[in-house]
Amino acid sequence: MRFALDEDREALRSTARALLTELCPASAVRAAWTGTPDNAAWNALADIGALAVLLPQSEDGLGLDETYLVPVLEEAGRAALPHPLVETALVAAPLGVTGLIVATDLGAAVPTAAGGEKVAAPTKAAVEGAAGAAVPSATFAEAFLLAAGRGLRLYEAQEVDVEPVETVDASRHCGRVRPRAGGRSVTDDPEAVAAAFDRGALGTAAELLGLSRAMLELTVGYAAERHQFGKPIGSFQAVKHHLANARLEIEFAAPAVLYAAYAIARGQTDASRAVSQAKWLAGSAAAVTGRAALQCHGAIGYTTEHDLHLYLKRSWALIRAWGGADFHADRVAASISL
Amino acid sequence: MDLNWSADQEALRLELRGWLEHNLADWRVEIGTELSGDTREGFAQQLLWEQRLYEAGWSAVSWPSAYGGRDGTLWDWLIFEEEYWRAGAPQRVTQNGIQILAPSVFEHGTQEQKDHLLTRIAAAEDLWCQGWSEPNAGSDLAGVSSRARRIDGGWVLDGQKTWTTRGAFCTHLFGLFRSDPDSERHRGLTYLLVPLDLDGITVRGFGRLDGDEGFAEVFFTEAFLPDGAVGTSVVLGEVDQGWRVAVSAASTERGLLRSPGRYQATVASLLELCSQRGADESMRRRVAAAWMRVDGYRLQTLQTVTALMDGRDLGSEASLAKIWWSELDIELHEIALDLLDPDAELEGPWSKGHQFSLAGPIYAGTNEVQRNIVAERVLGLPR
Ligand SMILES: Cc1cc2nc3c(=O)[nH]c(=O)nc-3n(C[C@H](O)[C@H](O)[C@H](O)COP(=O)(O)OP(=O)(O)OC[C@H]3O[C@@H](n4cnc5c(N)ncnc54)[C@H](O)[C@@H]3O)c2cc1C
Repeated sequence: MRFALDEDREALRSTARALLTELCPASAVRAAWTGTPDNAAWNALADIGALAVLLPQSEDGLGLDETYLVPVLEEAGRAALPHPLVETALVAAPLGVTGLIVATDLGAAVPTAAGGEKVAAPTKAAVEGAAGAAVPSATFAEAFLLAAGRGLRLYEAQEVDVEPVETVDASRHCGRVRPRAGGRSVTDDPEAVAAAFDRGALGTAAELLGLSRAMLELTVGYAAERHQFGKPIGSFQAVKHHLANARLEIEFAAPAVLYAAYAIARGQTDASRAVSQAKWLAGSAAAVTGRAALQCHGAIGYTTEHDLHLYLKRSWALIRAWGGADFHADRVAASISL
Repeated sequence: MDLNWSADQEALRLELRGWLEHNLADWRVEIGTELSGDTREGFAQQLLWEQRLYEAGWSAVSWPSAYGGRDGTLWDWLIFEEEYWRAGAPQRVTQNGIQILAPSVFEHGTQEQKDHLLTRIAAAEDLWCQGWSEPNAGSDLAGVSSRARRIDGGWVLDGQKTWTTRGAFCTHLFGLFRSDPDSERHRGLTYLLVPLDLDGITVRGFGRLDGDEGFAEVFFTEAFLPDGAVGTSVVLGEVDQGWRVAVSAASTERGLLRSPGRYQATVASLLELCSQRGADESMRRRVAAAWMRVDGYRLQTLQTVTALMDGRDLGSEASLAKIWWSELDIELHEIALDLLDPDAELEGPWSKGHQFSLAGPIYAGTNEVQRNIVAERVLGLPR
């Protein structure tokens, strides 16, 4: 028994962190609100193999598993990277789609049962919301992995129509996507689609953890600097307790996210449940942390001039992406025979 | 990263499971109706249980066998806890000795103190209660005013301790006393080991919220504590340095007092209750949420124990676990009461457990104080 991010995983994480700190600062996220995201961070991630963590070495991948990729995705979340790293590296790459920036819409193809586990069907809202839903990164993706019947097809950018839609987090670059023609089948296997969905939910949970950490750090820093009544606001107990609550939620979500990666990597029978637990706990952590962060910033946090909103709005989107709290609670309930 | 138990660990689990099944049944025949360990009769019943545990080497699995343990690791302890609570075994009335005093003895005791005290703790021969709180020193433990005056051959104790769990049934008390009369706050306190049958000590038991006589107050009036009154030196650590000893125990208490195994067992009972009573969609989601938090605690503990086995200290992060398990326990019991609905008011394991869960955010350092610690020492916010 040993449950820790060991040296090699830590090393990959800190490499990713260093390059994201340099190439995807808040100003880069802000710039992605008004233009296509700059690819500097994305290319650097590709250079360290982050897009190909799950690919075998024979295909120029790192030949590693999800427990290596998840810490990198946490860092992408921390930086609010405006690129579809989850979709590209975790959802599409294991299906053999490589070398392209991939947007995904698994929509109605998400099956009702996954991995041999007894799980609940996605709620009606989840299915309807996903079919023809706003697809993130749609305006700049190079390829689209879309639901088709019970399987998935891949389209290149010129094979689809994209109608951009406005979203609360404009750096999401969402659009409604309609295939015009062509495309190729990637899989017809419902289990492969279910597994792809689980990987997407796992990656999103990891990004939410990173976003929570970013918002908490930003707020701890601010609370030490901002003075009222002649003292730093961080010395007030009400502020302390908000932030302690955020730290608490993060503390108990993080191991669940890492465990879900482990369960997927090992093909364990509880993998889908572990993913739902991870997504639910990470979503809860992000919701609590986001509220605390905004409250403790006061009015400055309630502006688009301050950076907090970049992370906050991303977290709002991701909390409900790839299945929201009720969807995942229902899957867990079904798997523990409730 | 490897989340599998070894063959030895699996074997330990199975051996324990079998032992518990057989011995719990046997013990329950022996005692007749099982009572709460926070009543005098129930306490006596549970001492019979503790003796069984000790004789079979289960009372403190992670201790050296020289002191009655099994030379086990913290992993073995986690397995023990999972199986123990899963089997529906009673609360440990020896808990204060085994989980709060003993870790301090291991860390700060002399060889002679270890040799003399530890086996007797494991064997439930000496029954220890925790004498920290006083009427005017609760959260602010450094406000302790009970005095220990040094005289030839021992100490003279004066003052009062309170909220002493099971104090009326125990044989000994460990506690903090002000040994330097001119000192203030954390300085000048000595950690003393005190037999409760000394002249000048009066113990009065009284009812907790659930009505059991689980609390006591302990009065010291010119009580003479001879230097070797506990069979070895009565001072743990250095004279006037008791705060250090107490603080190390506080982190242990918060971090490992309540293992995930307890809540895994509670959530399993909750699932049973759900299937008896029926749960609608929103109730199912509440239960699933509680299940996820319990399992999150289990996973976080696996990380914590990995870190401890790597030689890291638990430190202030223990406060995170304390807040989590105590608030989770209330959540679990509130769900149960809502499932029971009008039957929630009936005396029974859920109503009793609910009342006890409400103490969780108060004892072992209140959750307000724990949140202060998380904010200041984990997050580094200004004091
Ligand atoms: C079931 C149970 C068993 C116990 N067993 C023992 C035992 O065996 N031995 C023993 O010594 N003690 C025991 N205690 C006592 C326990 O340690 C104290 O209750 C605890 O330390 C709190 O002290 P207090 O009750 O005096 O509350 P107070 O310290 O008076 O606190 C009252 C309220 O004020 C809040 N407060 C106080 N200071 C602050 C602060 N700085 N910031 C924010 N809020 C604050 C508290 O959080 C609390 O909500 C037990 C308590 C219970 C409930």
